[in-house]
Amino acid sequence: MATTEVVGGARTPAPEKPTRRRLDLRERPQLWLVPAVFVVVVLAWEYGTELFSVDEYVLPRPSQIFDALGRQLGDGLFWSHLWVTSREALLGFLIGVGAAVLLGTFISQVKVVEATLMPYIVAFQTVPKVALAPLFVLWFGFGLTSKVVMAAVISFFPMLVNVIEGLRAADADRIQMLTVFGAGRAQIFRMVRLPTALPFIFAGLDIGIVFAILGAVVGEFIGAKEGLGYLLLQTNYNFDISGMFAVLVVLSVMGLVAHFVIRLLQRRLAFWAEDTRVIGA
Amino acid sequence: MAIKAMGRRTRPPAAEVSEGTWIEVAALDKRYQPRRSAPTQALVDINLTVRRGEFISVVGPSGCGKTTLLKILAGLSPKSAGTVRIAGREVTKPLPEVGMVFQAPTLLPWRTIFDNVMVPAEIQKLDPARHRERAQQLLDMVGLTGFERKYPHELSGGMQQRAGICRALVHDPAVLLMDEPFGALDAMTREYMNVELLRIWRESGQTVVLVTHSIPEAVFLSDRVVVLSQRPGRIAEIVPIDLERPRDLGVMSSDRAGVYVDRIRAHFNAASVID
Repeated sequence: MATTEVVGGARTPAPEKPTRRRLDLRERPQLWLVPAVFVVVVLAWEYGTELFSVDEYVLPRPSQIFDALGRQLGDGLFWSHLWVTSREALLGFLIGVGAAVLLGTFISQVKVVEATLMPYIVAFQTVPKVALAPLFVLWFGFGLTSKVVMAAVISFFPMLVNVIEGLRAADADRIQMLTVFGAGRAQIFRMVRLPTALPFIFAGLDIGIVFAILGAVVGEFIGAKEGLGYLLLQTNYNFDISGMFAVLVVLSVMGLVAHFVIRLLQRRLAFWAEDTRVIGA
Repeated sequence: MAIKAMGRRTRPPAAEVSEGTWIEVAALDKRYQPRRSAPTQALVDINLTVRRGEFISVVGPSGCGKTTLLKILAGLSPKSAGTVRIAGREVTKPLPEVGMVFQAPTLLPWRTIFDNVMVPAEIQKLDPARHRERAQQLLDMVGLTGFERKYPHELSGGMQQRAGICRALVHDPAVLLMDEPFGALDAMTREYMNVELLRIWRESGQTVVLVTHSIPEAVFLSDRVVVLSQRPGRIAEIVPIDLERPRDLGVMSSDRAGVYVDRIRAHFNAASVID
């Protein structure tokens, strides 16, 4: 999480914080500890597998994975797989998260709707969404749609819970303050409830984007002719275990990049919240 | 001075309101009726008239209903019986001619100090340019010049509370209500804020109703101190404070101030309530 801290150091609204702290290794040992752990683990993995002569088909060495990664990145077909999965995940994410914001706002603002829908939402939340993937492929086919639906459904729930919780979290004293000055419902919503919910919404986005990638890949497992999930299965069938690991690395990087983009937006837009309470992960 | 010269924006007072009864509380009763238990009487037969521009403090033991009285004046809490009028208007909901300072500064952390001060003007959709100017004058007056673009967490508690006072005054209210505004501050800052408040009041000319725990604070600031009895709260005495203005902290070591403090404190000692 060293990178998070670096982003934190560049926070906009606290200009009096000296920037030279950024490189203070004594105060923030994670700046060297995190890379150090990476190096140690990779070295142990590399030489451990050699020492105990672990078969490449069981656990390839980091150097072999690195070679496989290089091979894939040089292959145009790989990039098209990456593009397919990214598009599925992103579309599903936007649909799932958008629907969650709309429904969550509606639920949090209208008591009857909340009372009516909450039991269903709680019940549906316990369904393992991943288990619905075969159904979606059956309904929506082998193409893009079934993966988008999967990604949308799986990123919808954590977002919904966060939106509802966030819109409820507004401080009673702040609401009272606005009331004294004559604010109506809509003004209270805009001036206090929405800003209060923003850190929660970002927590939902953060989980949602990772879940959306998961949803797209699972959808591809069930039935697809392209995408990183499909490639994962292909490399598996071909005993190209190094290639499999390389795909896993790429998927992790995708998740990380998405996570940091959202964190960056959060530090810009919800800068006052020091840390985010994550709900529904 | 400059602040006063802007003139009052507030709606003209309702017909035939005299400046002598700027705030009028008559036969006010407040009962709480919990769902499954006996009703609690919070305030009994409160009668009080406040002149325009007067500084009134309300003191009383914990739970005597002084904050309840303030909330009724603010239109946040409904009364059970009686009349409450501010500038000739019956208070049934929050009135735009009221400004309020709370126990905690209650600033919005996502707004700059300046934008926090502008909140009432925004809510009431008042002319932005004019009130921006007024917000700046108020911030200058309380010594927050240069902090306009800061966020609340970058300011000390005392500075935040001063911003809260600016916010309560930005829409030029006819009445300023203050609910233990300095209770959370340390003793030094509190004394300093008392002096500041007197200066702000002198310059802005608002009618002030201040609820406080501190008897010396009430004596130092007020024209009259309303002493409430233990729950159910009744007016035990209204003590006029005849100390010449402008006052500084030296006034408090005078014998006359001491007499006032003792006289008010006697009410609490009689009720064997230490507050």
